[in-house]
Amino acid sequence: MEIIYTLWLRSVKRYVRSKSRIVGSLGMPVFFLLALGFGLNEVVQIPGSTGENYLQFLVPGIIAMAVLFTSIFSGIMIIWDKQFGFLKETLVAPVSRLEIMLGQTVGGATTAVIQGAFILVLSLFIGISIPSLPGFLIAFLFMTLIGICFAALGIAIASRMEDMHGFQLIMNFVIFPIFGLSGALFPIESLPEWIVPLTLLNPLTHGVEGIRYGLLGTSAIHPLVSLAALGLSTAVMIVIGAFLFRKASV
Amino acid sequence: MTAILVDTLTRRFGEFTAVDAISFEIPEGEIFGLLGPNGAGKTTTISMLSTLLEPTSGRAFLNGIDIQIDQDGVRKAIGIVFQDQSLDEELTAWENMDFHGRLYRIPKAIREQRIGEMLRLVELEDRQESLVKTFSGGMRRRLEIARGLLHEPSILFLDEPTLGLDPQTRNHLWEYIQNLNRRKGITIILTTHYMDEADRLCDRVAIIDQGKIVAMDTPANLKSQVGEDVISITSPDAGRIADEIKAPWIVGAEQYDGQVIIRLRSAEDHLLELLGMIGVDGYTIVSISIRKPTLEDVFLHFTGREMRHEEAGAADRMRMRMPRRD
Repeated sequence: MEIIYTLWLRSVKRYVRSKSRIVGSLGMPVFFLLALGFGLNEVVQIPGSTGENYLQFLVPGIIAMAVLFTSIFSGIMIIWDKQFGFLKETLVAPVSRLEIMLGQTVGGATTAVIQGAFILVLSLFIGISIPSLPGFLIAFLFMTLIGICFAALGIAIASRMEDMHGFQLIMNFVIFPIFGLSGALFPIESLPEWIVPLTLLNPLTHGVEGIRYGLLGTSAIHPLVSLAALGLSTAVMIVIGAFLFRKASV
Repeated sequence: MTAILVDTLTRRFGEFTAVDAISFEIPEGEIFGLLGPNGAGKTTTISMLSTLLEPTSGRAFLNGIDIQIDQDGVRKAIGIVFQDQSLDEELTAWENMDFHGRLYRIPKAIREQRIGEMLRLVELEDRQESLVKTFSGGMRRRLEIARGLLHEPSILFLDEPTLGLDPQTRNHLWEYIQNLNRRKGITIILTTHYMDEADRLCDRVAIIDQGKIVAMDTPANLKSQVGEDVISITSPDAGRIADEIKAPWIVGAEQYDGQVIIRLRSAEDHLLELLGMIGVDGYTIVSISIRKPTLEDVFLHFTGREMRHEEAGAADRMRMRMPRRD
């Protein structure tokens, strides 16, 4: 635990110090929220809506987006540690690779959840009503799971990459498809029937639906199903991440 | 007692043999140098001994612990300063030390006391709250050495500790290293491609070239194998001069790139005689110099090549082979 805490502490310290990273990675979600939210609010009618407008529908999706991007990036940051040599310092210490990987994961997840919380607070100012405390807690539970799941995915990816050259590839073929096929921007029922199973396999879909349930009280998937699906995905991702990181070399 | 025992240790990357069946033994408290050009296999050796890289074959023991059986045991016993910087620049000097102390599970009270001590040792206590990205190269190196010592290892690895540092800082670091070795009795194994560094610091030196140890002894003994003195003559006729000059006091004469390196006894007494021998045949002499042999001459003698600092080609080839190891 001490080791996991040590790595977590480092992640959080670095995060708090890099103001540009905090602001920078909030930029895209805020832009999406404002542009899509206000731009489409009048135009879009959510099918089967129980009264919420598009802006309200969008907020959980954008929170999930902020958590997704921050957590994957924080995992991929291991490549920087590799290039700047710091990874060696941790790998040569008498600690297991699993501890290092878990520390990095919870560190990344923590910063990701903080980024998501920023969006959540922001959305309170633009017309989201304040949900109940249990609702908040449910939303944070799902945000945390998204954070852990995708920080682990980031580490898995970083373990197989030599440098940042493949980053654009990851951005276009991993992060955006996960985001686009998640029901963050539109209800999954509106998609062509053949894509729906794909979205149901996407862990982020369950994260978005879970946060939506917490904040709005409605979701397309039963929250317990989402919780089970996302929880399972997170466990699998940690195992994959730990396995690949174990084999990673400096 | 033996601190490090290496027995036919070998590492291959595909077809390329980076370290080729090297064996050596280092007694406790010695400063041992691995000297060789870039790409000779020094860092690969260090990586294997510090458990970062699995050997292809052969064995090695640190304090009697097998590096392949008890990796954590080895890791606790060693401190290491890598060739490339390995500090977190976004953290302060103190935080880098603290991170290290926590990784090695040093209890809080002892950890804080030792961090203070170590930072004082490397004269960085005034800058302990500064971010490492504001540090100069020499300060970073000193901090890395302090960090490597924090968990009180009995063996310290220094991989090119003074690479890229200015002469003044190098001298300073050498003093630290020697003091550490004397005061704490730490066994130090350092790699370098600086001859003067190996000569000044090391009790014993192993000259490593293309993955093999070609010579191993104290610097003084190595140099005496080459001869008492060295006269080097630059001449367009270098090849013929090397072949023709013969005298009982000449230990050997070799020719490299338009230079004759003549190894001999008491150069001062025989210089005129030597010049006479060359002058009779009417050879041109561009320049001539007399000096005591250096480890450079030793390297030249054992490998037939000069060890140039800019031999980056070999290092780049290594790097290209290094990354993949699944």
